[in-house]
Amino acid sequence: MEFSLTEEQRLLQDSVSRFLQAECPLARVREAAESGSTHVDNVWSGLTDLGIHGIVIPEEQGGVGLSLLEACLVAEALGNCVVPVPFVGSSVMAPIAILAAGTDAQKERFLPRIAAGQVVFGVGVTEQIGRRESEGISLQGSRLSGKAMFVLDGVDADQLIVADSSGALHIIDADARGVTTGKLKTIDRTRAVAEVLLNDVEAEVLPGSVGNRGPLESTIDAGRLILAADCLGASQNMLDQSVAYAKERRQFNRVIGSFQAVKHMCADMAAELEPCRALMWYSAHVYTAIPDEARLMACHAKAHLAEVGQQIARTSTEVHGGMGFTDLLGLHYWFKRIGFDRQLLGAPELVREEAARIQGWV
Amino acid sequence: MDLEYSEEYQAFRQEVVRFIADHRHLAPGNVARRPGEDVGISWQKLLIEHGYAARTVPAEYGGFGAEPDILKSHIIAEEFARAKVRPGHSGDNRLVPTLLELGTEAQKKQFIPPTIRGEMSWCQGYSEPGSGSDLASLGTRAEVDGDDFVINGQKIWTSGAKTADMMFCLVRTEPDAPKHQGISYLLFPMDTPGIDVRPLLQMTGDAHFNEVFFTDVRVPTSSIVGKRGEGWFVANATLKHERGGLGDPHAAEARFHEIVELMQHETVDGMRLMDHAVYRDRLLKLQARMLSMKFNGMRVLTHSSRGEEAGLPRWIVKLMGCELNHQMAAMAIDLLGELGILYDASPYLRDGGIWQHRYMLDLGLIIGGGTAQIQKNMIGERALGLPKEPKVEGA
Repeated sequence: MEFSLTEEQRLLQDSVSRFLQAECPLARVREAAESGSTHVDNVWSGLTDLGIHGIVIPEEQGGVGLSLLEACLVAEALGNCVVPVPFVGSSVMAPIAILAAGTDAQKERFLPRIAAGQVVFGVGVTEQIGRRESEGISLQGSRLSGKAMFVLDGVDADQLIVADSSGALHIIDADARGVTTGKLKTIDRTRAVAEVLLNDVEAEVLPGSVGNRGPLESTIDAGRLILAADCLGASQNMLDQSVAYAKERRQFNRVIGSFQAVKHMCADMAAELEPCRALMWYSAHVYTAIPDEARLMACHAKAHLAEVGQQIARTSTEVHGGMGFTDLLGLHYWFKRIGFDRQLLGAPELVREEAARIQGWV
Repeated sequence: MDLEYSEEYQAFRQEVVRFIADHRHLAPGNVARRPGEDVGISWQKLLIEHGYAARTVPAEYGGFGAEPDILKSHIIAEEFARAKVRPGHSGDNRLVPTLLELGTEAQKKQFIPPTIRGEMSWCQGYSEPGSGSDLASLGTRAEVDGDDFVINGQKIWTSGAKTADMMFCLVRTEPDAPKHQGISYLLFPMDTPGIDVRPLLQMTGDAHFNEVFFTDVRVPTSSIVGKRGEGWFVANATLKHERGGLGDPHAAEARFHEIVELMQHETVDGMRLMDHAVYRDRLLKLQARMLSMKFNGMRVLTHSSRGEEAGLPRWIVKLMGCELNHQMAAMAIDLLGELGILYDASPYLRDGGIWQHRYMLDLGLIIGGGTAQIQKNMIGERALGLPKEPKVEGA
């Protein structure tokens, strides 16, 4: 029994974190956000060199063949540095969907290019979790029509994976005739979600997903775990910034961290967040190791990190006082990242209800 | 991550399971629903003999004498809980480790064997009316007179003082020394003349705690553990053990399943509580917290099994574990609504009124053994490195 990361896993996370801290400091994040970019080239290419885009792709298809736990460790590092780069849709959900439901030919065609950083995938499955507006995609023959919203990594995408109303997954070219992609501006300027309108678009089905919701579900589970891990990383950063600020900021001739009112806010954040790390490890581990528990644990990780992240985002902002509210300090990038992670792929109440259904309680 | 136990541990688990199956008819009833109940002495002796109680206490002091192996201890605890068979006790999980670490040979020989067998019970004389969270300010005096200490003063919140055979007690022996350096740690029988125990009725209706008054109580100077003035450090070794004992994640999981069961059977307006979305959402929130603490416990266990300090994951266990238990009791009462306020063998009472009892008792546990606020100071100062509150001049 070893409930801990392996040495290799720690080294992986350290090397990704070191790279991101060097290549993507807050100034870089700010620059990208102000220019409307969610795809910083040197970060993308550096992550390619580290093998990150192929993290869940088997070696035979040019990836590094690691498990979802390693992908979550990367997501945690990305959230920690609020990195503006496609990941959840493009580097995790898309390859997992193709691996779960694609033909050998499809795997050979797409996976090596994903691993090599040559293609960005957007993933649109929101309507399968909670439909808003008039979302929904219908299939006629091999052609798709309708609207997908909140397509993850969809703005920068070359290819898209969308789910039709039956839950079957399809690949389409982002620039195919009949596809209109629009950026949805969100509070989080470090990541891009798109609205995709399809008007009788030629699509390529992932055959394993026809009449079988398994591939869609495992794609959503993986996405939920990645967003939870991103939230864990972002929350940890907000806690760390709070503690650093509380040790440095002086009022009434003493650092504010010596006041119990402030100290206890920091302790509360730490006490709430630390068990989330164990929850995250377990949930990501069972995704691969104990499939029977995978869906339930993905729901719990997603919903619980959303709640704890929200609490930390507001508490950390308060610890920073007026500075926390300014653009100058930049704390809001983490605040907004956590807000994004909370709503995408199912807000907490919806995800908890799903967890209840999985356990036969509904 | 490896959730599987190695073959050695799986075999050990099988041994434990077999032992429980073969001997459970000798166990005194099922696992106590209320803490503080006594376990039959013969059962305890049988468990020690097989290494399921006092496992790591050396054989020369009446224990089983195994090498410390935190995973095996964990497996034992898990299997007894799973089988709902009364587990062994450690005699006193604060005193025995302290004596093993700091007691004299004579003290170990005299006190440990009857304590682990359950033939000698202990109470802890630490808190005083004026010294709670600031325990080191305690004022109960012990003055040397010949070969004796003469004790005068008062303790409070003393659990089990009415039934205990012995007390381990903090007293001030060097009144002129700085407060942490003037304390000594003494052991003495509760029937020593001059000790007066008065039960303290608590909000649950029980009297688990007591006030203990000392008037010229004479105990021999050999009753001391460690040296004069070192009692604070001796006691801290003890407090560390007590904190480890609270907020058990397995107990939380069992309690969670009781709530699930309650929601599947109890109805309001003819509708199962489980079918109410609002209650269900609250249940799922608690499940995530419960699981987080369970996995956090596994993480701490892995550190401990390697002999490492777990750090933050360990520091938060008491605070978060007690809070979780309290929140579960609170939810169960809300699920029962009007029925949830019934108490004291009232008609319509559910589960013997256990939820109200737990809701109140858990608040006691949040306060006892280092209040939630003291826990947060420790997390802030020791784990996060925030500075201590400055000393107030003249205080």
